[in-house]
Amino acid sequence: MIRRLDASLLILLVAFPILWLLPSGLKSYGLYVVSLWLVMSIAAMGLNLTLGYAGLTSLAQGAFLGIGAYATAILTTKAGWPLPAAFLASSALSFAVGVLLGFPALRVKHHYLAFVTLAFTVVVFLVARNEQWLTGGVFGIANIPRPVLFGSDLGAALPFYRLLLCVTLVLALAMWWLLKSPWGRAFLALRENAVRAASLGVDIRAYTLLAFAIGSAYGGAAGSLYAPLVEFIDPAPFALSASFVLLLTVVAGGAGSFFGPFVGAFFSYMLPELLRATGGWYLIIYAAVVLLIVMISPTGLLGLIERWRDHRSQAKAAAARAAAAPTLGAASGETDSLGKGATQ
Amino acid sequence: MDQFLQLVVAGLATGAIYALAAIGFTLVWQTSQTINFAQGEFVMLPAILVLVGTHAGLPVWAAFAVASIAFVLLFGFGFKRFLVEPMQRHGVLPLAIATMALSVLVKEAAKNGFSAEAQPFPSLVPDGMLSLWGAALSARDLAIFVVAVVAIVGLQLFITRTRTGRTMQATAQNPTVARILGIPVERMILLTFLINAMLALVASYLVSPVYLAKFSNGESIGLAAFIAAIVGGFNQIRGALAGGFLIGLIDNLTAAYVSSAYRTAVPLVVLVVVILVKPEGLLGRKEERTV
Repeated sequence: MIRRLDASLLILLVAFPILWLLPSGLKSYGLYVVSLWLVMSIAAMGLNLTLGYAGLTSLAQGAFLGIGAYATAILTTKAGWPLPAAFLASSALSFAVGVLLGFPALRVKHHYLAFVTLAFTVVVFLVARNEQWLTGGVFGIANIPRPVLFGSDLGAALPFYRLLLCVTLVLALAMWWLLKSPWGRAFLALRENAVRAASLGVDIRAYTLLAFAIGSAYGGAAGSLYAPLVEFIDPAPFALSASFVLLLTVVAGGAGSFFGPFVGAFFSYMLPELLRATGGWYLIIYAAVVLLIVMISPTGLLGLIERWRDHRSQAKAAAARAAAAPTLGAASGETDSLGKGATQ
Repeated sequence: MDQFLQLVVAGLATGAIYALAAIGFTLVWQTSQTINFAQGEFVMLPAILVLVGTHAGLPVWAAFAVASIAFVLLFGFGFKRFLVEPMQRHGVLPLAIATMALSVLVKEAAKNGFSAEAQPFPSLVPDGMLSLWGAALSARDLAIFVVAVVAIVGLQLFITRTRTGRTMQATAQNPTVARILGIPVERMILLTFLINAMLALVASYLVSPVYLAKFSNGESIGLAAFIAAIVGGFNQIRGALAGGFLIGLIDNLTAAYVSSAYRTAVPLVVLVVVILVKPEGLLGRKEERTV
């Protein structure tokens, strides 16, 4: 677990300069698609903490995306705040709402929690659609400004993409640190066996709320970046199906693995854009692919790779055992069970 | 008073449709621990299939027949055999997530394969007004109510009065013991999936003349059925029934007296309160939970 996290840090630091340079040849549409992938990866990273590490089923991540997007849109267009301030405020707001929504999670688990968060998502959507004075209703909010930082205008597609990349890196590093810290292990303990965790002195109440709130704050942060990325928001992208797709993103990528959200977001948000050439059928293809992934490997794509790797190392161990068997003679039965224990 | 009576009848009609979908939802949950997030799409699809048939030149009755058979085969038998069965060993949640993907798939397929626009659907009952105790009531609402209640009573009689029905109930209550007693558990589970598809079918044909047939119809109906099932009691048919009528009434009365913009929100609030205060539902039994 810990060794794997260290490897994650290495991959993260190698990927960053590649992603920095890679899209410089892309047209603005291509840049938009890659930017969208980054933004949705952030939202999925948050949900991955809540669902994948702490084991709390949330169908509210789409709503937090919406809360962050609307908060940022309102603060930057109506109140004239700069984006960094609006970003912090949006994340903080989502964190606070996440704590409140976390309270039901203290009482109910599993599918019941999914139902409560589902209700929350629909209510947030209704508020966005109906409270015209605040959210613009179905007409939405237009002309959301892109930021100007330290005197340089980041409005064009490439500089804005690079800003998103930096923010994604910072948030990914923060997540990495969080998972490596005792908190991360407490979240895992919560998922694996809440009662045992409590008996070992983990404050279940506090960690449940924290898992929810931090996951939500990531959702809000993603929303806050989504608003200036698309420059116009209305309630539609934050409907219940958005939360379904985010959940599918995390599960298809691999819930509880560090890069699962990035892989999943590639599938859910970039693949549909790449499949656009197929006309109206791309969403069907996408849904069918995700359905297949979930059916073949409930631990997601990364889980599939892991299973394949385990399988291979087991096969290798078996081969080694077979080679050693004649020399070991009667003791082979013993090594067999030991070998199995070590590879699992 | 007139208006109130009209609203109650309309609420019971809507509620009856919710109840049909909610009962199916409850049945498949009971027998195979399947939370079907695609239940709303199950109610949306049959009407679309009928329209596909009539657009292809079939006479209306033939379109109904073909659509009904195809739907029950695909989403009764096929759903059980090719989605639920392989997923079941992974547990409740992965299965529920697979049904979410199925819901996206069905919705997009209906949108792109048929039409993104709402289409008129042939009504089985003439629209008109009936006068009852001085109040003008919609004939269609009454007809919906009557047909749905007949379907539900028929199902209830089947479950309680026939041998097959009782074995099905035994399977729902305790699959292990049922298997020991020699009940063909797998066949009974399949039967509940077929019944679920048929209930969705009836709900679809009843609701589509009113709301028009549209790919996105499943969202609101599925949500309502879902709430109805949980509020009434996830593990009881009569709970789903009561929940359906309750949500239908709340829905219509809220739209008229409180706010039509927030008509969907009030049932949601009821849902959250019920989950927090009495998670087994108003009429449900307590389930044993792992701590």
